[in-house]
Amino acid sequence: MAEITLVEAITLALAHEMKQDKDVVVLGEDIGANGGVFRATDGLLETYGPERVLDTPLAEAMIAGLSIGMAAQGMKPVAEFQFEGFIYPAMNQICNHAARIRNRTRGRLSCPAVFRAPWGGGIHAPEHHSDSPEALFAHTPGLRVVIPSSPARAYGLLLASIRDPDPVIFFEPKRIYRLVKQNVEDNGEALPLDRAFVLSEGDDLTLVTWGALVHECSAIVNAYHKQGVNIELIDLATISPIDFDTIAESVAKTGRCVIVQEAPQTCSVGSEIAACLAEQCLTDLEAPVVRVSGYDTVMPFLKLEKSYLPSVDRIKASIDEVLEYA
Amino acid sequence: MKKKVAEFDIEYYQFLDETGKPLSDDLPDFATDVELLTDMYRRMVLYRAFDKKAVVLQRTGKMGTYAPTMGQEAIGTGFGLLLEKEDVYVPYYRDYPAMFCHGVKLEEIYHYWGGDERGCDYQGPKEDFPISVPIATQCLHAAGIATAIKLRKQKRMVAVSIGEGGTSEGEFYEAVNVAGAWQLPLVFFINNNQWAISVPASAQTGAETFAQKGLASGLPCIQVDGNDILAVHHVSKLAFERARRGEGATVIEALTYRLCDHTTADDATRYRDTDEYNDSWKREPISRLRNYLVSLNAWNEEREIALEKEVNQEVEAAVERYLTVTPEPVEKMFEHLYETLPEAYENQVELAKIFGGKAHG
Repeated sequence: MAEITLVEAITLALAHEMKQDKDVVVLGEDIGANGGVFRATDGLLETYGPERVLDTPLAEAMIAGLSIGMAAQGMKPVAEFQFEGFIYPAMNQICNHAARIRNRTRGRLSCPAVFRAPWGGGIHAPEHHSDSPEALFAHTPGLRVVIPSSPARAYGLLLASIRDPDPVIFFEPKRIYRLVKQNVEDNGEALPLDRAFVLSEGDDLTLVTWGALVHECSAIVNAYHKQGVNIELIDLATISPIDFDTIAESVAKTGRCVIVQEAPQTCSVGSEIAACLAEQCLTDLEAPVVRVSGYDTVMPFLKLEKSYLPSVDRIKASIDEVLEYA
Repeated sequence: MKKKVAEFDIEYYQFLDETGKPLSDDLPDFATDVELLTDMYRRMVLYRAFDKKAVVLQRTGKMGTYAPTMGQEAIGTGFGLLLEKEDVYVPYYRDYPAMFCHGVKLEEIYHYWGGDERGCDYQGPKEDFPISVPIATQCLHAAGIATAIKLRKQKRMVAVSIGEGGTSEGEFYEAVNVAGAWQLPLVFFINNNQWAISVPASAQTGAETFAQKGLASGLPCIQVDGNDILAVHHVSKLAFERARRGEGATVIEALTYRLCDHTTADDATRYRDTDEYNDSWKREPISRLRNYLVSLNAWNEEREIALEKEVNQEVEAAVERYLTVTPEPVEKMFEHLYETLPEAYENQVELAKIFGGKAHG
């Protein structure tokens, strides 16, 4: 067992699944000899050849549309979009077709495809390289949206996504692609989809987040723990459908909840969680639910990027506000 | 220095003139295959009767909005009969003739426009895609299916259709491009019926033909008289054989005329010249083939009357099967959303059962 990064865990999961299922094919731009711009498909071409690792022409709608056709033939395409900001041309295919083909044919055809993309801000990339568009896809019935936050969860959730019989949007937090290493055993064991992960237990406040911000939130939880405040940290992991039961169970215990996300706030996944809490957990709540989000602005260019992303101080301020609410 | 580095041409095929008379003696072998030609004729007459009935069903409140196919029967029938069972057809929304040739049932299309998803659950061609409403998106699905077929080294092929207006979409170009780059076993049919709702073909492109849109992808491109079923069948055969030999894709532009409104929600008299419309009837495909069959002594009045009766019975039987099907229960909205419905949906299913069941009386 080796210590690997999140992006290496992606490669490991792809290689594992390509080895054990010949229907798994990866496709995308620069994913062959180049191994992907983040090297997520590094080495796959050498091992599995150009008929399993398809360098496509440069057209994102095409990558999605091809995947739908291949998936309808029983293949399991794992498509890479180079950045989440380039997935928009593919939304017609993903939302109008991938998400609907099973339903509109009453199960005759289906789309067991995975649409992967590096996601989120924080690497000082050019514009259009740092968005967090998970809510756009979470709002589309028929899709699953998954965002891992560690090498082990990237490995297990990607395996689960490839094996899932329905289309999965798999967003990879690029800021933590190489931030931490973790022991990941290549044992082919998938982690459950549609399940949130409780990363630390606590009675005082529920902190819900996903993606790269799990790391800031973990550090915050540790800091509060030293002051005697016990925060329950939930990594949402599957963004759609939301595992609201896990959140509700936690809030029944804590009565207080802060949601932290990179995406703009209005109509966000955090908004959905807050609405569910208001609808279903009102009597458990001892304080208003607070969302800490990116601003409702265009993702700024790199100089203001850090000012946009929820900072440790901003998250802490909201936690304090909710903890102090009487 | 200056030299020519690439050269292109577009060939146009037509065998029969407007009246069904051969333009020359140079006809394809099947031009005397009376059995095949009468089957083509029977089908075109049936499909037109199906189409007229669909408009009546919509007008009498028995079906939703419908996109008719009047005038375009020779295209889908001409190539549809060449599709083998194991081939895959990916249609645009005005090409029922090819769908029917490949085994889709008449009533399945009535169900589709009648607002029932079961109309896409074809009992015949299990791998064919349902009608694609978002324009040109189907071209990429066809390319994906062709990619799977090629990767698996199968001998099958894929056909896809699109209107001439649809070829203005980026996804058409993306599909044609990858079909060329990857030598996919795929044939594109552009049904150029001259009108994309209210916009004439001349406003869609500055090119002389729609066929040539495939040239930049390295594909052979052919233009054909889409009202001459002999010509459609002939060029389709060439393209299908090429695809089956693993030599790659072809783009075929079939010239025809939309002898109907865009849909039952459209009124083409708002934007289309009546003289042009009336004049186009002279070139319509069914009487052309009938005249040719008569010239071969393969058709007569008596057979015509018998056929009319036969197709009306067939259409009425399909209408009856369509009208006797009751709507699905409300929970069907959820049943095929995912292979297994996520737990998060439990409350919504219950809610729909309580309040949705009687929504339509």
